[in-house]
Amino acid sequence: MNAATTPTPLRMTDVTLTYPDGRGRLTALDRVSLRAEAGSVTAVVGPSGSGKSSLLAVAATLVTPDSGSVEVAGEETAGRGAAALTRLRRSRVGIVFQQPHLLASLTAREQLQVMADLEGRSPRSAKGRAEELLAAVGLEGEAHRRPHQLSGGQRQRVNIARALMNDPDLLLVDEPTSALDRGRGATVVELLTGLTHRRAVATLLVTHDREQLAAVDRVVEVHDGRLRSPQPSGRRQGTS
Amino acid sequence: MFVALRDLRFAKGRFALMGTVTVLIAALVGLLSGLTSGLAHQNTSAVTGLRADRIAFGATDEDRSYTDSTVSAEQWRQWARAPGVEAAEPLGIAAAKARADGGTASVSAFGTEPGAGILPEGSALAASEVVLSEAAAEELGAGTGERVTLGGAEFTVTAVTGDDWFSHTPVVWTTLDDWQGLAQGAGEGPHATVVALTTDGADTAAADERIGTDTVERDDSLSAIGAYTSENGSLQLMRGFLFAISALVVGAFFTVWTIQRRPDVAVLKALGASTRYLLKDALGQALVLLVAGTAVGTGIAAAVGAAVAGTVPFVLTAGSLLAPSGVLVVLGALGAVLAVRRITSVDPLIALGSAR
Repeated sequence: MNAATTPTPLRMTDVTLTYPDGRGRLTALDRVSLRAEAGSVTAVVGPSGSGKSSLLAVAATLVTPDSGSVEVAGEETAGRGAAALTRLRRSRVGIVFQQPHLLASLTAREQLQVMADLEGRSPRSAKGRAEELLAAVGLEGEAHRRPHQLSGGQRQRVNIARALMNDPDLLLVDEPTSALDRGRGATVVELLTGLTHRRAVATLLVTHDREQLAAVDRVVEVHDGRLRSPQPSGRRQGTS
Repeated sequence: MFVALRDLRFAKGRFALMGTVTVLIAALVGLLSGLTSGLAHQNTSAVTGLRADRIAFGATDEDRSYTDSTVSAEQWRQWARAPGVEAAEPLGIAAAKARADGGTASVSAFGTEPGAGILPEGSALAASEVVLSEAAAEELGAGTGERVTLGGAEFTVTAVTGDDWFSHTPVVWTTLDDWQGLAQGAGEGPHATVVALTTDGADTAAADERIGTDTVERDDSLSAIGAYTSENGSLQLMRGFLFAISALVVGAFFTVWTIQRRPDVAVLKALGASTRYLLKDALGQALVLLVAGTAVGTGIAAAVGAAVAGTVPFVLTAGSLLAPSGVLVVLGALGAVLAVRRITSVDPLIALGSAR
């Protein structure tokens, strides 16, 4: 693919988001500008209430900012209707939820096949890709299991595989290790990093767990809705 | 329907419970519909089967009634001469006791002119002859050529035909002269009860004014049959309540189910499910449940109806069973629509947890 013509998976420019707060408004994001590049994991860290989740919600097109520009896969989201944003999110964005949020009635493979169904493709034809992705996250032979038959770590892997099912440009990951012990958490972050590099997806990882940052490519900090300058991390190659 | 069908399989207990309720309501509606049709048939089939389009009652200040109406010979003759009237047949109706060697029965004696067009098809009458409806023949144990006693007079059965009932009694056809003998005994009495008219552009209102009658369309005259209106009205009311209960129960179930599914709906929305996709999925699920439950319930009603048809007035036809089934499904679906529209208000942000 020609890098010159490939759109940036996520470009946020001067994004401001406020919420009603009593008689006034609380600023959740204050003129935030951020880019996420293909093949790179960007970790967003910060204390509780700093605006990390708001940043993720805006990037996921689930919340419309008060001002500023949000481009997903080169497409400006401002002014788009709910249906258009849903289509964009379905085809270009993958979301890894904090809790796996798997549907109780579906097997691990069906959790992925439903993504094809959402796109109007035959779930049956997506069976092969679903099994390939489950294998990629280390769940070979577990495709037929339902959520209650999987461990917490396995459910989180299904959550990750599901997010990749529609081949997104942008992967948004919300505190993926919060429900896991340190060892499993590290494994999940390693897995995400590896998948990001291999599949050339841009990953925005929101986490409060600074011990996991060694595996990511870039770190940005959020404080009171503002982005701070990136800090060095163990294996970072540089920042932009 | 990808998620909906898997939910149906996964939450078997909940859907089986709701399915059972749907089956029971459908069975009850089916049985009630068959019974309503059966009772209506036994009340009115002799009138609805008349080859006439209007009925002229004798005008009175009272409500129109087959029991109280009388028409004179002159009124009948005037109707026969009225413009736009192709046929005017006098019809006498009276309750009578019939007896034969095989048994006795309460019957409705219908009297008309020999060779009248309103007689059962293919039958003819002469003095001291009767045509028995099949039910009358069965109750009396009498067949063609045998003798029956009607109101103390003896008659010969010339034919057994038709499934004519009036006011829950089987019909016996006689000549008008014989009927007059039955209805009024030795005294002077009415010529007939009503006049059955076959019209083609007749101005019945003007004719009524002139002749002193009260003419209505044949099917509208059913309300003049004894307790038909109250009997039929009560049964229809029960059926209407069942329809409403069905819609409410289905709506309530899917309201609870939709509330329980809110987290899943939020996740699917966050993953990119359109509102249309989610509504189609949820309504498809409701329709599968409704159609399957109603089909089983209607099947049960049909089986029970077939088993009791000989002893209970039960009409087992596509119209009496499929039409109410269709109404059940439509009303249930309406209840489900009102319930699952809550899906549209689910915020996908719930799936992300706190966004602040």
